[in-house]
This record gives sequence, C-alpha cells and structure tokens, in this order.
Amino acid sequence: MKNLISERVADFIKNYPPFNVLDGKSLFQLAEQVLIVYKEKNSIIFSVDESQHSHFYLVHKGAVTLNNPATSNILDFCDEGDIFGLRPLFANENYKLEARAHEESILYGIPIDIFRPIAKQNEEVTVFLMESFASNTRNPYAKNQKGQLYESEGEETASSEVIIPDLQLASYSKKLVTCSTRTTIQKAAEIMTKRQIGSILVIRKYLPVGIITDKDFRNKVISGKQPITATVKSIMTTPVITYPKNLTITQAQMAMMKSNISHLVITEDGTPNSAALGILSKHDVMVSLGDNPAVLVKAIKRTSKIKKIKQLRKSVMVLLTGYLEQNIPLGLIAKIISELNDTCIKQVVEISIAKMDSPPPAKFAWLALGSQGRSEQLLHTDQDNALVFEDVPEEDLPKTTTYFLDLAKHITKGLNTIGYEYCPADMMASNPKWCLSLQEWKNKLSYWISNPGPNEVLMSSIFFDYSLAYGERSLLDNMSEHIFRTVEKYPIFLVHLANGALQSPSPTGFFRQFVVEQDGQHKDSFDLKSRALRPLIDAARVLILSHSVKAISNTWERYEKLAEIEPNNQELYLACSYATKALLKFRTRQGLANHDSGRFIQLDQLTKQEKMKLKRTFKAIKEIQELITLRFKVTNILG
Amino acid sequence: MGLFKKAPKNLPEYWLKYETLFKDSQSKNIDDLIFVVLDTETTGFSFEDDRVLSIGAVKIKKETISVQEVFDIYLEQEKFNKDTVHVHGLLKNGQRECISEILALEKFLDYVGNAIIVAHHAGFDMGMLNTALIRHGLPKLKNTVLDTSVIYKKTLIKSYLVQPKPSYTLDELAEKFSISKKDRHTALGDAYITAVAFLKIISRLKEKKNFSLKSLIR
Repeated sequence: MKNLISERVADFIKNYPPFNVLDGKSLFQLAEQVLIVYKEKNSIIFSVDESQHSHFYLVHKGAVTLNNPATSNILDFCDEGDIFGLRPLFANENYKLEARAHEESILYGIPIDIFRPIAKQNEEVTVFLMESFASNTRNPYAKNQKGQLYESEGEETASSEVIIPDLQLASYSKKLVTCSTRTTIQKAAEIMTKRQIGSILVIRKYLPVGIITDKDFRNKVISGKQPITATVKSIMTTPVITYPKNLTITQAQMAMMKSNISHLVITEDGTPNSAALGILSKHDVMVSLGDNPAVLVKAIKRTSKIKKIKQLRKSVMVLLTGYLEQNIPLGLIAKIISELNDTCIKQVVEISIAKMDSPPPAKFAWLALGSQGRSEQLLHTDQDNALVFEDVPEEDLPKTTTYFLDLAKHITKGLNTIGYEYCPADMMASNPKWCLSLQEWKNKLSYWISNPGPNEVLMSSIFFDYSLAYGERSLLDNMSEHIFRTVEKYPIFLVHLANGALQSPSPTGFFRQFVVEQDGQHKDSFDLKSRALRPLIDAARVLILSHSVKAISNTWERYEKLAEIEPNNQELYLACSYATKALLKFRTRQGLANHDSGRFIQLDQLTKQEKMKLKRTFKAIKEIQELITLRFKVTNILG
Repeated sequence: MGLFKKAPKNLPEYWLKYETLFKDSQSKNIDDLIFVVLDTETTGFSFEDDRVLSIGAVKIKKETISVQEVFDIYLEQEKFNKDTVHVHGLLKNGQRECISEILALEKFLDYVGNAIIVAHHAGFDMGMLNTALIRHGLPKLKNTVLDTSVIYKKTLIKSYLVQPKPSYTLDELAEKFSISKKDRHTALGDAYITAVAFLKIISRLKEKKNFSLKSLIR
C-alpha cells in the first residue's frame, strides 16, 4: 500500500547509494516494506554470532558503530544514509560484528527478500555493493574489515577482521579550485583568499600543469622576484606530482616525503595526462590521522557546514582517548579539548550568524555555562549557555531581543546537531529568560544575590562558572564586575552559597563503604558527579568568590589560586585540586569506555586499586566541607 | 448521553470481537506492548457538530514501526465545514478514496485491537472517535490512552526559573526532538511525528527513577 510514510521513506533512501540508482517502481516497492526502527543510545541492533535478521539497515537519523566486542575496536562508523548489516545476509552467515546505536537513532530496516532480486537485476547496484564491501573510504575509524559480497565467488572472507591501518584510504578534497596559466598572480591570490585555501591548481587544456602554494608567494613574489601582475606560470611549481585515487594514507605520506612536497594531485589515471579529480594536501593526511589538535582547529574553522563539524568532533574524541591512554596530565588535556570545543562552538555561532538575514543589530556575547564554562567538559554533555547583548534604546529592545532569540535558536539547534543535547531544564540562550540585555542581566543577578533562596543559589551557582564562548569580552567583564560589587553588598549570599555547597550527598557511608544509588536506572552504581565532583566544584566557587577573584572559572585552577592566597591551607587546597583532576579523569575514562556521561560508576567493574584511588579523594572532600562549615558559620543560619 | 446509559443490545460482530480482546490483562513489560499512535483530521473542534475527515495511525511494536502496517483512511462527508479545509487540504470527495463513517470505525476497531492508544492532545481525538461510535449506537473505546502532550512534560526538569508550559504543541515537540515536519497536517503525517516523539519521550523517561507505564496513565 502506497502511503505518506512510504513516500517519506522513499524520499530519503533515494538520495543514498545504492538506492539512488533504482527506478521509481523498485524504490516504492522497497519503501512500502521498510521497518522504521527506533534505537536508544547504546542499545544493540545485532550482536556477534546472532543469526541473520530479515532486514539490513540504513541509518536515517543518528549514528551506529560496528564493533568487535572481543577487542573493543570500533571498526566502522555509520552515519545518516549509510547502510550496514548487509554483508552477512548476502554471505548467508551470522553477524561477525556487533552493531550498536552510538546516538539515539532511527533506522530503516530494508527487507533482504525484496532487495536481493532488485540488486541482482541492477548491475550498478551490484557494482556499488562489491566496491563498498571491498573497500571503505568513509572515515578514519574504518579499518580494513570489509569482505566480499557474494559467497559463491569463492573469495576469502574469514580474514576480514585483520586490522591494517595502512590500508586506510586517504580522503582528498574533491572541490578543485583552479586557474589557468594566464591568470595573474594577484588574481590567483584573491581566489585563494576568498576560498580560504592554501594552494591552487594551474590547468591548461583541462590538464594539471602546475600548482601554487602559499610558500610560492613568499619565495617568489614577496621577495621581489616577480611582480604581482605577472602570470602564475612564472611562479608555479611544475610539473605536478600525480597519483591515482584510492591512495592509502601511508602511500601519500611516503610520496610527499620522497619529493619533499605538500600537495599531490589526484588524476583519473594517475598521470598528468588526464584530468585532475582533486588535491591531497599534507593537511588532509593530518586530518585523516586525526592526531593533531592544531590541524583539527584549522579544519573546524574552515567548515561552513554544521554537519562537517560533527564529523570533526569525532576526531576530537579519538584525540581524547589517545591522551588518556598516554597518561598526559589532565590539566593539559582539558585545556586542549576545551579549546577544540570552543572552536566548534565559535564556528557554529559564525555559521548561524551567516544564516540570519542581517548582521547582529548590537554587540553581544555568547556565554558557556556549567562544565563548559569551567573548561572541565571533556565528554559531550548537555548544552548550558546564555546570551547577553549590549544595552539598546528602550524602543529598540523588543526587536533586538527578537533578533537574538532567533539567532540563539539557530545556534542551539546547531549545537544539538554537532552532539550537545538540549538542556532538559531549558537553561539555554534560546529560552527568553536566558537571552537578555546587559541591564536585564544585571537586574536578574542582583535579584538572585539579594534574595538568596535555595533556587536562586542554584541558579547563580550555574551562572558563576561562565566563560566567553563568542563575542564581546567587555560585556562579560561588565557582568562579572557587577556580580562582585553586589556580593560585597550582600555578604549573607556567600553563606547561602556555602550552605548549597554542603548539600551534596556524602560519598561514603558509616563504614567507609561507597554509598550507591538505591533505585532507578542507576541502582547500585556510584554517582560520581553529585557525590564526589560537585562538592569540590561548589566549594571552590564559594571560596574564590569570597576572595573576589575574577576570571578563574576552572575548579582546579581555583584551588591553585586559593593555595596561593591562603598559604596556611595550601596543603588542603592542593589536595582538592588534585582530587578534582583525578575524579574528572576517572569520569572521562568511564564515559569513554561506556559511551555515556561517565557519571554513574559500576563499582564491581573497578579494580581494588581504582577504588582506593577514589576513596583517597574523598578525604579531601570531607576536609574542604569542614573548612566551609567553619568559615561561613553555615550552621548559624540554618537554625 | 442519557440515551445510551443502558448497555446497547445487538452489538455487531466486529465490536464483540474487539471487546473480547480486553478480557486478558496485558503484559507489564513495555517491550511486549503494542502502541497505536493516531491522529484524526476533523471538520472542526466540536464533538457534536463536526466530523472526522480522516484517521491516520501507525503501530509500534518493540520500538519498530512497519511501513506496511499503517492505517490511513478518509471518510465520506455529508457535513462540510469549508473553514478547516485550508488547514488540512482535504477537500470533500477529493481525489482520495473515501469510505463511510461506520465502515471506517469498523476498520479502525480491527486495526487498534487492545493496543495502547497514543495521541497528541489525545482528549480531542478520543472525543471525536467516541462521539462517532456513539452516533452509531456503539460503546466508547476501551483502550488505555496516553497523551504525548502530557507525558512530554515528565521529561522536563522542573526548576524555579523554567516553569513547563501548561501544554506543548506537536510543532514544539517536533522541534525539540529534531523531527522533520514534512506531511504535517495530514492525519498519517502527524501520527508519524507523534510516534517518533513518543519513542523519544519513553527512552528519556526510562532513565528516570520509578518509571513504569502505570505512572504515565493519569
């Protein structure tokens, strides 16, 4: 039965290979039989040795990983439009890998019984499937795990799990920017600046004859050898080094080293006598390897598509895993990862501004709150953010507010796309209560500080850990200034804040055993966030505010500063600084291992040593809480 | 409704078949249950004066919707309110094949069985369907009903700053959950959007303490 839903399905699948080559009739025939499957994050679609499903899958929304649970290797990463779970159906064998929803996902289950005859009839489909089984060029995670399509062809499929990173194909940029040999140097430079690229291909009669890179301008033009009015022919590097496509990363690296060049030209037949398909730069190689933050920053800044940023954030996670494995100090890791996250956010803001009909009507600042604001966010978590814009004449306020709310909606949506969940408490700049002018914010902050009930303390505690993610720093400084002035006027606020810092439940019980959750989904696991990290974060905040120290929002840096200010408590503060880092590292490791926020720890999965390590940090928590109780005389106000 | 207080006699065969499905109690495990997510398009908002134009529904079993098993039916109209046509784009006796109200109800009862009905602002859809049943001398639907506009609110964190709105529209839900609003304002299109939103709501609620299906039913 043809219906709206099957039309919707057909409309989606027709964009992706192999379905893109099907005729309308086959497409609808398939679409009418599709299952739409919803999968929660981390749920399993099929596991190793499970018998065949009657469907293979196409990712409609979300992402799916194919893993080898024995080695806990991710072998493939399927995004929207990618198919998986097809090879076993053709090979007529059980699943060899585990498929797991990496994010909340919607999959289309495509019935193999209907698909098989269509595939056999249609040569293009067969060729596509053969190629996709034989190689995989999608991403840096994909190692050589693909087998062959039809068992009957007698190809060896058993060796399909040997991981040889060298066989990973280098992805090159297919958007060629070219000029002719008669183009002037100045014109070529203009093109490169406009397209934000570091090299341009010189073409004559459709064939690549030379290449110009930034270096050529420095060495041959600025040094005075050639005027900018000369043609590019006078400065281009020629001939170009050409290679056929399907070059592996290792091959590309070797080729670049051998000829001491940074760009390879990919041509149809691999010689300079056929048309160029793309350029493979050293930069592309570095991005494929994903091991260099500087390269990632550059790649993020270059993108104009939010979806591309999502891809790059995966490389950030690879980087993070690597750093943790190498035991690099957490302070340093956090700096690098926060920097990368900030770059992603900045880019999302810029793309969003470009989407608006007009430029911002006033100066504004995008604030990161919570863990992001403290630069302690290593894993993907919820987005907490706010927007402040400079004061405008009263008659302009409504339309300015509308503009920024609109912009904030674009930005929060973009952040959601790249992997930040919406904040369940709606503490986001797209909420009209979190998108205000400077004066409105000042009024709100004054109210919180002068009327500190439990809610106000909670609100302001989120708000005192903020950092500038994008825009005008002066707006942020102005707000900080205001906060400190107001706190000085209402010292009782600090007592309430201190009281709030003591509200977190205790990590250990009477016999020094871990206190675990009693009910809910996380029954019997240990809540690392609220029982261990939060007390430390809250304590650092109230102490640093009481010293009126500005511009430090990171918890361990706050403790280090406190150790400096109060030498008599130095030992405790440094212990707290260490404990925070240790706990955050612990949480991040757990989060990466289980692909979640790392908040809840299964105690039975910890080694004795790990448990000891955790318990050592609890001593610091207890002592800092005692210090706060005494210093702010919290017990007095509670009576 | 004084007229219908007495149990109507001579109920048709299909109703009796529907009724017997409710004799056995249902499983408590959410994965064993079948949900029918539905939406109706109507000529207006009055239960008495307006009529159902179309019924669209999808069935969810184990978090899966089968495209083959969707319900998509258009009803013949004697009454026609032209004001609502521009919203739904359903013209009286348009190109769609239409069936009589009583036949549509029979088909619907057969489709829904004892599944749990899910709808956005369910009170309205249930009201329209029940009024239609009564009009034909049949009792009201016996299914358990969940309203996505109500259960969505349970996913939100209550804080002093952010009071949840009294109710959320389907458009707002679609936006929150990044669901494409294609085919909005057709019964089946809206039913599909509601179904995806429902699945996402349930997965978020599962993480909370004390989650059970019972806690969702008011």
